[in-house]
Amino acid sequence: MPTVTLKPIAEPELCLDCYAISPDAIAGLAESEIADLDVWEGKVKHRLGDFFAVSGNAGQTPDETHIVVDGDASRMKYIGYKMTGGLVTVKGSADMYVGGWMKGGKVHVMGNVDSFCGIQMEGGEILVDGRAQNHVGCAYRGDWRGMRGGTLRIRGDAGNDIGTFINGGTIIVEGNAFIHVSTHGEGGTVIVKGDVQGRVGGQMVKGDVYVLGEIQHMLPGFKKVETIEKEVDGGTYRLDHYVGDLGERHPTSKGQPVYGNLYVRAAT
Amino acid sequence: MAEILIRNGAVFDPSRGIDGDVMDVAIRDGQVVDSVGSNAKVIDASGKTVMAGGIDVHAHVAGPKVNAGRTMRPEDKLFKSASASGGYRMEMGFSIPSTFRTGYDYARMGYAFVMEAAMPPLHSPHVHEEIHDTPIIDEAALPVFGNNWFVMEYLKRGEIENVAAYTAWLLKASKGYGIKVVNPGGTEAWGWGLNCLTLDDSVPYFQITPKEIVSGLIQTNEYLGLPHSVHIHQNDLGNPGNYRTTIDTLRLAEGVTAKNRFGREQVLHSTHLQFHSYGGTGWGDFETKAREVVDYINRQKNITFDLGAVTLDETTTMTADGPFEHHLNGLNHLKWTNVDVELETAAGVVPYIYSPSIKVCGIQWAIGLELGLLCEDMDRCFITTDHPNAGPFTRYPRIYTWLMSQKARDATIESFKHSAKVVAATEIASIDRELSLYEIAQMTRSGPAKALGLMNLYGGLAPGQDGNVVVYDLDPANLPSDPAALEAAFQRASWFVKTGEIVVKDGEIMSHGNKRTLWVKTNVPENPQVKRDIHDTFIKDYTVGLQNYEVRDYLAPNPYVIEVDTEA
Repeated sequence: MPTVTLKPIAEPELCLDCYAISPDAIAGLAESEIADLDVWEGKVKHRLGDFFAVSGNAGQTPDETHIVVDGDASRMKYIGYKMTGGLVTVKGSADMYVGGWMKGGKVHVMGNVDSFCGIQMEGGEILVDGRAQNHVGCAYRGDWRGMRGGTLRIRGDAGNDIGTFINGGTIIVEGNAFIHVSTHGEGGTVIVKGDVQGRVGGQMVKGDVYVLGEIQHMLPGFKKVETIEKEVDGGTYRLDHYVGDLGERHPTSKGQPVYGNLYVRAAT
Repeated sequence: MAEILIRNGAVFDPSRGIDGDVMDVAIRDGQVVDSVGSNAKVIDASGKTVMAGGIDVHAHVAGPKVNAGRTMRPEDKLFKSASASGGYRMEMGFSIPSTFRTGYDYARMGYAFVMEAAMPPLHSPHVHEEIHDTPIIDEAALPVFGNNWFVMEYLKRGEIENVAAYTAWLLKASKGYGIKVVNPGGTEAWGWGLNCLTLDDSVPYFQITPKEIVSGLIQTNEYLGLPHSVHIHQNDLGNPGNYRTTIDTLRLAEGVTAKNRFGREQVLHSTHLQFHSYGGTGWGDFETKAREVVDYINRQKNITFDLGAVTLDETTTMTADGPFEHHLNGLNHLKWTNVDVELETAAGVVPYIYSPSIKVCGIQWAIGLELGLLCEDMDRCFITTDHPNAGPFTRYPRIYTWLMSQKARDATIESFKHSAKVVAATEIASIDRELSLYEIAQMTRSGPAKALGLMNLYGGLAPGQDGNVVVYDLDPANLPSDPAALEAAFQRASWFVKTGEIVVKDGEIMSHGNKRTLWVKTNVPENPQVKRDIHDTFIKDYTVGLQNYEVRDYLAPNPYVIEVDTEA
């Protein structure tokens, strides 16, 4: 696959909005054209080439394009923004909005990501080897349409507001999470392999949440219905199955109300 | 001020019966004149369409509920906000645009005047500050009267002179333009968790009916001789089968004659009629009743109306009809806000998506256009979307296009998921009428100017009227067959001259113009009883003092005051 390597050469004073670091933005462009793409520092416009040494030409389509950010991008926002295909690899950490609004392709961040990773994503795959800050796979502020598809995997811990208004797709946090998981959920799956402090599934209408560790404070709107054995992301676990949030409206299917499902590791 | 000559355009000025004649329009000192000198700036309009500046008779563009919508919907700005450039401001939002975007986008479409359709009197200082913050366009605001405690108390006792004295005081205090009525009685009933869905439902505590409120306010309006008529958002908005209540309300105008010195002929303006022309007993058998409603209006000459046409967008509904917004939230489960304004009114805001894949939305779209296409007197039928309720005002060009092109309508019907069901429940597919540029000018210029009593300023291009002239890149002899091209030409005018100043060129903003705020100052005989009632009520029931209630002059710094003298 044609690969474009972006080697960081300068640190912006403010965070840099890098809408250009996406296979969709650079497909069909040669090395020098890529270096001329716009990046924004606040309201000041710069060239991508002012902050990165660009080498290699892009493929003809996003699907045929691989971008490698060869170093630390922890002050570079919007990497993989709205991408529909191809591959982005960040060898260090990245700032906010990694893979925001993405529809396809894959983003792999080897370090950590800041907040809003995978915000309102519709498809594709995001893999973060390190930690994530808050608002993983959430909705844009005010919006009631959260993540709709794709897979978002955080190997480390994550902060608060994970999968707010999630509608589809899967979020997997392999470490612990803080608070607010799948708030207002209307579908999709959120798996937290570690512990969560609380507020899991608040105002959740539909969808599935798995907490394979402990929930320190359960919300009162969930009712335990059974204890089951279930396979979750490659492992088999004994889980307490709760339904909720009972304080919310719930749609009906074939005469039966549809609830959100919350599965928590059962006491042994 | 510089002179401008707009040369050789095809002029459409229904106020003088001019239908596409090629002629010049001269402007000096902000007004249209017979001729200008040879040094005038010349705008070549040959092969193009020339009209007076447009008039929007009903839009929600300023005030607390618009701001509530903006606050509640940050996502309305996402990916929809153009950056600032060249001395002009950032343009934010889509269905609830920022004040600057509001002014700019109206100007780009060639609009000169916009009526803010519902001003809660208690919050009128805010409304005026926001109007002042909206560049270019002239504006006025209609305070709401239909659920006001003073009005209901006086009307219950049949004291029209007292209602008139109170109305005159409130128009002056709020710098308002005329009498707006929203869900008469129903919004007050909402304070008890109730509503008034027919004309005869009694308002709790006040023991008065919507019928008495509307009739009383029509009488009051003509007693005062205001430039505009009563402007009504009727009871039972948005519910299947509501067309009966609609026609019952329109009948209240029968036998009443307009009395004013402004050339207005109607005594009732029925707004966003699309929302009030519904048949059926529920959403399953929901159907159009546009023909029944328009047939009545075609015969009844002292009524005007505007469409409130659905544009099939994601938008933000907002109205002083609090109970309706609560009802709407129950249908779509999206976020919701509701507010009560003391003794005066209430309001609610709910986002709404008019989706082409939902049957009901398709039928609503058809009803809005049917009202225009079935109307026989285009000087009494005005184009609106009840911005932002049925869609944003920036879609007016699309509505013109639907009204002017059967091809455009057919393409939209075809795009519906349930097109056969929409066609079965409406008449739209069988209507082959295509409106002309002259008729569009009637609906957006001469008609609304007359209905608002503003013919001396707007709606035409006769010498002495305001120098508001728009040039659209449309050759009337050769209109584009592609609906998208027609829409684009109306969306971004080639030129727009607002009160003698060029504010738009090739769809780009050239100036922040010289906006004005219009309001009506009614001089009535001293009425000691009403004066005392106002004084006492402010002490007893209001949270603000009387001296802090009035809109100070500095909040409306470019006023155009219309004085009305009411004989004793």
